[in-house]
Amino acid sequence: MKTNAYDMDDIDMAWCPGCGNFNILKSLKKALAELSIEPKGLVVVSGIGQAAKIPHYFKTHFFNGLHGRALPPATGIKAVNPQLTVIAESGDGDMYGEGGNHFLHAIRRNPDITNIIHNNMVYGLTKGQASPTSQFGFKTPVQTKGVVLEPFNPLALAVSQNASFAARAFAGDEEETKEIIKKAIQHKGYALVDIFQPCVSFNKVNTFKWFKDNTAYLDDTYDPYDRRAAFEKSLETHPFALGVIYVGPPKNTYEQNIGLYDKDKNPLVFREQKRSQKLQQLIQSF
Amino acid sequence: MSSNQNKRKDVSIVICGAAGQGIKTVEKLLVHNFSHSGFHVFSTKEYMSRVRGGTNSVSIRVSSQKAAALKDRIDILLPLHSEALGHLEKRISSETIVIGDKEKICKDCPTQIKQFIDVPLEDLARDIGGKIFINIIAAGIISGILKLDLDKMKKDVKDFFSQKDKQIVEKNIQSISQGYSKGEKFSDQKGISFDLTPWTEIKNQVLINGAEAVGFGALAGGCDFLSSYPMSPSTGVLVFISQHAHKFEVAAEQAEDEISAINMALGASYAGARSLVTTSGGGLALMGEGISLAGMIETPVVIHVAQRPGPATGLPTRTEQGDLELVLHAGHGEFPRIILAPGSLEDAFSLTQKAFDLADKFQIPVFILTDQFFMDSYYNIPAPDFQNVQANKHIIKTENDYKRSLITKDGISPRGIPGYGEGLVGVDSDEHDESSHITEDLDLRTQMAEKRLKKMDQIKKQAIPPELVGPEDYRNLIIGWGSTLHVINEALDVLGLKKTAFLHFKQVYPLPDETKIYLEKADQIVIAEHNATSQFKKLIKLETGIDISKTILKYNGLAFSVEEMAEKINHALEQED
Repeated sequence: MKTNAYDMDDIDMAWCPGCGNFNILKSLKKALAELSIEPKGLVVVSGIGQAAKIPHYFKTHFFNGLHGRALPPATGIKAVNPQLTVIAESGDGDMYGEGGNHFLHAIRRNPDITNIIHNNMVYGLTKGQASPTSQFGFKTPVQTKGVVLEPFNPLALAVSQNASFAARAFAGDEEETKEIIKKAIQHKGYALVDIFQPCVSFNKVNTFKWFKDNTAYLDDTYDPYDRRAAFEKSLETHPFALGVIYVGPPKNTYEQNIGLYDKDKNPLVFREQKRSQKLQQLIQSF
Repeated sequence: MSSNQNKRKDVSIVICGAAGQGIKTVEKLLVHNFSHSGFHVFSTKEYMSRVRGGTNSVSIRVSSQKAAALKDRIDILLPLHSEALGHLEKRISSETIVIGDKEKICKDCPTQIKQFIDVPLEDLARDIGGKIFINIIAAGIISGILKLDLDKMKKDVKDFFSQKDKQIVEKNIQSISQGYSKGEKFSDQKGISFDLTPWTEIKNQVLINGAEAVGFGALAGGCDFLSSYPMSPSTGVLVFISQHAHKFEVAAEQAEDEISAINMALGASYAGARSLVTTSGGGLALMGEGISLAGMIETPVVIHVAQRPGPATGLPTRTEQGDLELVLHAGHGEFPRIILAPGSLEDAFSLTQKAFDLADKFQIPVFILTDQFFMDSYYNIPAPDFQNVQANKHIIKTENDYKRSLITKDGISPRGIPGYGEGLVGVDSDEHDESSHITEDLDLRTQMAEKRLKKMDQIKKQAIPPELVGPEDYRNLIIGWGSTLHVINEALDVLGLKKTAFLHFKQVYPLPDETKIYLEKADQIVIAEHNATSQFKKLIKLETGIDISKTILKYNGLAFSVEEMAEKINHALEQED
């Protein structure tokens, strides 16, 4: 498929010129095209924030829900129609702050969805407050003396919870980001892709150059199936590791665990319900 | 022995003890035996929010006529620990037969107790094999007093303990038999006889509780997705559906919190499922933003709310109708909704089934409002009709140019789902255009707000009318909603007032048009509710302009009894305006 299959005409984009979101959108479209995932087979679920606007900027089904709440609807969609490719995509504030509890439990639940987080270490839409991933000392109009909270480490958390797949990418490298997204989509089960992304308007510290200088790709000898090594790697900063950091042992997805797709692959929503007799039988036992 | 009791067609039995003493076993045994023997049965419980200890009670009514409300009067009382008699003091009269070891149970015996079957339950149980047999011996005594069929009772005991080993089953049968002969002897000596006549038709009936009735309604309504977080007293519905989820092909999920539950449900509905969430007031408060989202993205969802007293954690295991205003206003912004409040188990079944149709048809949240009393009470009803359970989800196959939020005459956009047809299906919590993309076009905003609210016209036209019980030419009108249906009905039966009727609402929002007509016909209106501020009275005033001056309100966490309701109605009607 060609990437222009996802192009929309005449859209008014709300992102700042030079924003890392543009690169992520490009990488995502390329990944989808290379995997031949048609817009009508794809649902992008997002929350609120600048990153969360992404499904408005390319052709896809979309559920642009509430702040912090992309993962629950994504899980619900996948449960009743596993044939759809489902991506839950939003920013660091949305996914790790407001929606932190869902992030934790989506990892445990393991639906076959791809969870992409645009991580720019700052709140963009609300104009520059600290985000859960803001680094120590980061000064904002609210955190006037600099951030004093421990920065949230999504990769370490994912590995500690035995996530099915956890990766980090850098928006500045479209090609590698595309490759990582492809692997995440192809992975069966919950797949985290945390993407470092510069915010040109509100983060003058973690710039394109800063990310470039403070990240390093994993080398070919790295074994993502080794959980202890992955945990160690996920704790490393300066440089932060880029690539697929952890792939968990094979396990059932949430949809498989529901137990309704073992024999019948037809999505729940398309099944013809024949309940009269079953209800009749059940009521007899009362 | 009063002559009243001898002729009673309606026996009220109460078992009271600590959590963990086996009250539930006695209840189940008796209730099933009564039901299988062809009597009408009603059973309800009041209990503390703890797993062990405390003082809980179960009230069972067995009757030759329909019984579906709580009575204060106790004919037979089985106290299982020393605090029980104090706990129930107000309900005990000289007619109450108390069963138990007088020395142990009756340290400060209420003076009104005149009939005591003094049985050394503990010693008897120990002789059989241990204290655990106390409750079965007691069940035997009750069966003996009522002269139930002993063979049938033995069979019930055998079935009930069928999972246990043979020796245990034998000992339980021994317990029931020994108890039975004690009860029979007592009743012969004292000349007690209850006039209980089995009712032939009752054999085609089923014995279910409120949680099961809502659950059956959901399954009949085509529910295929359930996400909820456990919270008393709503958990029964989550448990019921989860237990039958595989058979009925329902994806049932215990969510990490209520926020997740409602958002998961909306995701599933967006993809074409019929989604249900079940919760109580505190959980619903957390779902507020999600309910608002349902309004904005015009995605159907059915929300069952079993009320308990608040604010905050309140009384987790008690009853109240205090969340009407919460449900009415839950979620910011303006959007249509429907609130249904079943009065009977039959209502719970049919309204829950209907709720899914209404939600899909209008693409709105529909609420089923019950309470702890309703959830935990059971009685026999005719088996529901399951012939017509075909769900119409109002889903269309989309074309290339499909627009999920299309502005239409009646405000209802054709409902497409992802993966069915050629179109792309989008929904957005921001204000949006017809394709559901974000917009700040303020003229379009106005059109969209009007589109969503326009659905209310049709919703109102199709509102379920209130049910009038009693004379059409009433002068006095008693108003009730939801779970107070049977208690008000029975209270009015007891009072036998000529010019008094009862208007029961099972749809509390939006109110049907005829509400005003019914109210204007009455000289005197009395409203009864389980809350402190008469929330339904306020809603009626808002919707009809009619001010109801007389209220019967109870908010101590316990359900109205028939006697209490009768007395309060009588008192309210006698009062000057």
